[in-house]
Amino acid sequence: MIELLTSHYTYVLVFVLLGLGIYMTIASENLVKKLIGVSLFQTAIFLFFISMAYIEGGSAPIVPAEADPGRLMVASPLPQVIVLTAIVVGIALTAVGLALVIRIYAEYGTLREDTLREVRADE
Amino acid sequence: MSNVELLPPLLIAAPLLAATLPIVLGLWTDRTGWPIAAVTTTGLFGAAVALASAVYTGTDVPVTHELGGYPRTYGIQLVADQFSVLIALLVTAVATGVLVYTRQGGPRGNTFYTAYLLLTGGLLGITLTGDVFNLFVFLEITSIATYALVASGDGPESAVAALKYLILGTMAASMYLIGVAFLLMATGTLNMIELAMAIPAAERPTLIRAGFGFIAVGFVTKVAQWPLHTWQPSAYQQAPDGVTPLIAALVSTASAYAFGRLIVTVFGVDYLTAMPNAAAIVLTIGCVSVLAGTVLAVIQTEVKRMLAYSSVSQFGLVIAAYGVVIAGSSETAFIGAAIHLLGHGLLKAGLFLGAALVARSYGARTVDEYAGLAKARPVVAGAMAVLLLSLVGVPPGVGFVGKWYIALGAVQSQLWPVAAVIFLSTMLTLAYAARLLEKMYFTPPAALDWPRTREPVATDGGDTTVSIGMLAIVVIAAVGAVALGFAGGTIAGLLEPFLIEVFN
Repeated sequence: MIELLTSHYTYVLVFVLLGLGIYMTIASENLVKKLIGVSLFQTAIFLFFISMAYIEGGSAPIVPAEADPGRLMVASPLPQVIVLTAIVVGIALTAVGLALVIRIYAEYGTLREDTLREVRADE
Repeated sequence: MSNVELLPPLLIAAPLLAATLPIVLGLWTDRTGWPIAAVTTTGLFGAAVALASAVYTGTDVPVTHELGGYPRTYGIQLVADQFSVLIALLVTAVATGVLVYTRQGGPRGNTFYTAYLLLTGGLLGITLTGDVFNLFVFLEITSIATYALVASGDGPESAVAALKYLILGTMAASMYLIGVAFLLMATGTLNMIELAMAIPAAERPTLIRAGFGFIAVGFVTKVAQWPLHTWQPSAYQQAPDGVTPLIAALVSTASAYAFGRLIVTVFGVDYLTAMPNAAAIVLTIGCVSVLAGTVLAVIQTEVKRMLAYSSVSQFGLVIAAYGVVIAGSSETAFIGAAIHLLGHGLLKAGLFLGAALVARSYGARTVDEYAGLAKARPVVAGAMAVLLLSLVGVPPGVGFVGKWYIALGAVQSQLWPVAAVIFLSTMLTLAYAARLLEKMYFTPPAALDWPRTREPVATDGGDTTVSIGMLAIVVIAAVGAVALGFAGGTIAGLLEPFLIEVFN
């Protein structure tokens, strides 16, 4: 068990981050903090992909033209490409989310979900 | 070299590229959005029909295309087979049809049509992709466009609804991405066909099980199943009237299609049947949503909200059908799920268009305000009545055919509780449909405040005109719902080659 933890500690870290992200999204009343929680959740997934691709002693997946490709030990490029794409998607989502938060703040003058609920109930 | 092969990438790239045009052309003239969207979606519908005829009649099926010429082991492959083409036809047809309403009904502005075309492109991407990570990207393109469209509603409430949708939708897509990560870890590939070969041979089945669990949770949220449906009613209600038909008919449908695709093509029915608890979980989620969705729909007073909860229960039927597919390897239930996806999309597009029309011309938004609609607006009332009855499952509507196949599959697999839930849900669907029908046909409007004396806040700038086209599109949806009901056997026949390949 201890051995597994020392060799796979990144996975433990990733799932702690996932839990933190989802907890923050659910428990925080502040809309911006909720979005930060969503971002944290997504970032944890990116780390999951990256740590999956890691191999002991491997280098970056750039293969020189002249070298013998069979002997070169490189990390799998596929998860890294995925993470690059997913980061872009995540940024777009955060931007849209923050735009919505700005609009909500302009209309209701609050960022807290509980206050928002009261304001909307009054109307 | 046949040109059919180029249709799948064209179907995805054309709307995404055309989405930039309304903004660019909007720099020197307004009102370019609608013509561009109309030309694009009509062209897409034509392309989808051409693709469908090639897939259903041709010998070279499925039609595939490797993007950039990279082989499918590490490139992205687009696949058009009998199942995906069915959904592509629905997406392009509804996207074209809803435009008839938005021309006068709004929302207006070039940016609206940009989001509209992005959404169409994303949905076609979900439909045609053969790569699980690419599916995630298209899910997010679809979602971002949908959040923007929901938030384009008039009131501040729409922004709250959109943010709620954004948080839950992003979590759902992230769950799906974790599932993909587990699959990649276990098999090292992302292509659906390669995964289908690698999954049964995987050394560590725990990873596959965890992957399926995360993917199932992701899609259950995206499809709005109880208790993860909370984003959906407010999103449908607060979205502008011209947007709700599109997102209600297509967005959850595409997610449900993707879930079905992963079940039958990627994991494989046999593998999931052997996986402990998989069938029980999917069945339970579906059946509970059917019941919870209908009960919640019955107690609603707003028509759009009622129809939204009805979607929860109708998609519950589809998910329950997937459960039957897993539990009993039932081809019949799968045909039912496919027909119900198609039929529900058409019915909800028609019903929400009808509701938009009524809100616009009659000022009615709640069930009570629909009183006397049949006298004042006989055509809309008639079309909505046909659509509602079809949703309940009165033959020969398309709702009947879908439910019939799903129930038949459940009975064949001897899953009696599921069959009971389907029959019970039909009765409950009748409960809310009958409430609306009773108001429209049998309650005189004088018994209530005359709706039109209310201030015309709800209508778009006081414009209450209804074009012939708007009326025609609701009627076409109603006629289509009945016609598809008769075509149930034909659709089952068209799906036959796909089923043979999947269920052998």
